Amino acid sequence: MKIINKHLWKNIFSWMLPIGLIIIWYLVTSFGGTKLRFPTPQAVVVRGIGMLKTGELQSYILVSTQRALLGFLLGGVIGFLLGLITGLSVKANILLNTTIQMFRNIPVLAIIPLAIAWFGVGERLKIYLVAFGTFFPIYANTFHGIQSVDKDLLEMGKVYGLSKGSIFRRIIFPSALSSVLVGVRLSLGIMWLVLIAAETVATDAGIGYMAMTARGLFQMDKVVLSIVLYAILGKISDVIAVGLESTFLRWRK
Amino acid sequence: MERKHSFEIKIDDLEKSFDQLQVLKRINLSIAAGEFVAIVGHSGCGKSTLLRLIAGLDKPTSGKVSINGENINTVNESIRYLFQEPRLLPWETVENNISLGMKKSDSGRILDALNSVGLSSKQKEWPKNLSGGQKQRVALARALVSDPGVLLLDEPLGALDALTKIEMQRLIESLWNKQGFTAILVTHDVDEAVYLADRVFVMEGGKIKDEIEIALGRPRISGSDKVYYTNLILKQILQKEFEDPVGEENFVI
Repeated sequence: MKIINKHLWKNIFSWMLPIGLIIIWYLVTSFGGTKLRFPTPQAVVVRGIGMLKTGELQSYILVSTQRALLGFLLGGVIGFLLGLITGLSVKANILLNTTIQMFRNIPVLAIIPLAIAWFGVGERLKIYLVAFGTFFPIYANTFHGIQSVDKDLLEMGKVYGLSKGSIFRRIIFPSALSSVLVGVRLSLGIMWLVLIAAETVATDAGIGYMAMTARGLFQMDKVVLSIVLYAILGKISDVIAVGLESTFLRWRK
Repeated sequence: MERKHSFEIKIDDLEKSFDQLQVLKRINLSIAAGEFVAIVGHSGCGKSTLLRLIAGLDKPTSGKVSINGENINTVNESIRYLFQEPRLLPWETVENNISLGMKKSDSGRILDALNSVGLSSKQKEWPKNLSGGQKQRVALARALVSDPGVLLLDEPLGALDALTKIEMQRLIESLWNKQGFTAILVTHDVDEAVYLADRVFVMEGGKIKDEIEIALGRPRISGSDKVYYTNLILKQILQKEFEDPVGEENFVI
């Protein structure tokens, strides 16, 4: 009983600040006069409900989520595989790691002009940009995870006559997994970040498109609604990442 | 006593050098099947290196190790190794950790092995939830589940507290009695060597300096006979310091 109460209090406590901010937002925008270029929370909610009714909102969210996940999948898989290769093979590490680390310092936004020139402004642009952004955290953390496998455990596996496959499956991979999941969590955050930037460049659907067209029409409630949407989607991604960690890393609890 | 196995170990003119440093110098040993021997000596005297060579983890510079007349040059299924640390896989349950010691997982035998170390209730537990002594017992079960012919013990009790250590010594002795493997224990602890071994080898500077047969019945309870052997061995190990005049002066104070 006490434990439940403690848990409940912790939850209430952690939501106090965001709820407080919304209350302040309400007070300031409702009584702060019309000079503020900021909508009231009610206006944002009304806009949201209106767009839900027409189905516009759902389709934007769907399009954006699709782009985000496809890009994440592409970047994540490549990052994971390359991290495995450079982590496991000294030769591959020498050959590839310096180059990959160099690319890492390029801001994703800096390659947008180049990417537009190459891929145009279609779907591929957004997916590739997200892939580019999500690649590095997963690559770097996979590499690091494999490099930091306990040498004592590897020696134990060797003495116990495990095959190379078993050593990878039972020692190297599970040991690297916690680090890989840290990469996944970082990448999920970056995924939305890059997508927002990509969607504001040029597009005809998605949350970024919604924000850009609303800005043009000075519909500030719609602009804020898109920001709120990104916040919610980001939070959902993070909850999923934490869920993955607690499923796959049960043994750490 | 009837022995299930007969794994006789023979070491001929074994030498090992790392770069310029010669760690083992012409080691000749003959260990009878089912015998329990201990190797004691200062840190850096080469005793762990010797054990690694017997395990097939390192290759000798010259000379050879043979078991039942067969040359050992790689890790061998019938030889099991107990390290100073338990080296359990933290992401596998106790039973899965033990299964690592078998070619094919067999739940009946895992349970038997767990029973024999007195941990049958911990089958599904994560290693994290076990005490240091319990972890080392699981490691012992993992080593013995495949019913090996030879057990190599590299100071496996060094990190345990005094009481747990005594329990573990008894456990190792009773399992040795039951399973009849040939055992080689490397240790700093002369008392432990006298308690467990039929013969104790004193190592110094990469050579076997002395060999003492412990002519005591089992189980060996503390008493003047045991103390006699302990002192005899200690004198061998510490001789240098006793002869050293500066050391003597220090003792006077």
